[in-house]
Amino acid sequence: MDSARERLLREVMAADFTLIELNLYLNTHPYDQRAITIFNECLQKAKALRQNYERLYGPITPMTPSKCPWQWIEDPWPWQ
Amino acid sequence: MWVYEKKLEYPVRIKNRNPRLAKYIITQYGGPDGELSASLRYLSQRFSMPTEEARATLNDIGTEELAHLEIVGTIVHQLTRGVPADVMEREGLGAYYADHDHAIYPLSAAGTPWTAAYIQSKGDPIADLMEDLAAEQKARATYENLLNMVDDPDVREPLKFLRQREIVHFQRFGEALRIVEEKLAQKKFYIKSPGYLNKNPE
Repeated sequence: MDSARERLLREVMAADFTLIELNLYLNTHPYDQRAITIFNECLQKAKALRQNYERLYGPITPMTPSKCPWQWIEDPWPWQ
Repeated sequence: MWVYEKKLEYPVRIKNRNPRLAKYIITQYGGPDGELSASLRYLSQRFSMPTEEARATLNDIGTEELAHLEIVGTIVHQLTRGVPADVMEREGLGAYYADHDHAIYPLSAAGTPWTAAYIQSKGDPIADLMEDLAAEQKARATYENLLNMVDDPDVREPLKFLRQREIVHFQRFGEALRIVEEKLAQKKFYIKSPGYLNKNPE
């Protein structure tokens, strides 16, 4: 994986992880308006980053429009 | 990584409780040929698959099996929820109730808790895919045994869906096996001699 791709993927991972943390926090603090606002902002940022990555390098989930051949199976997988 | 979706892959809405059936159906939750075994088998084997097609097939079927685990858990939950202790006992779930109340716990129809000994991950893609083909057939046969004991259409429909998925997975594993066999049978050509041959200039 080239370094520009790796860098962008790391940004997607960081943005998604922020959402996971806020998700868990909000499950036990469902009335925290400030945290919900931060979650909603981070979600917009994460969506934009993901869209950018998928446009340049291919799908992160199989539920993504594909060129032919089917891009989902393309290496690398995360464990490679 | 995974993200949960708040929906079932196939709807389950059971109107009549039936703990006796739940005792049998739970084997597809935590039994030898159940959905937990299937998911962990494929998700473990995918790391050592040699082609893109086989990696994707094991990754995605292993993922779908987790959705099936959820469907089976939902069936067992809806068949037993609110059933009084004495009825659980009369219908053969006394031992289960003693340890688990109305909770969902992975075990076989005969009460054996789930064990990793149900699965294999061999590092040999042919051996692994052959196991997966057999696993899908065993799961299909189990769903057919269950369907032979179920009249309620609310329970039959999701079981029929799960049975059909075993057949589709068998088909896809067969294709993955063919692709892997073709790759392994290919002649290997080296564009240049491997680097290690040049390390001792003599």
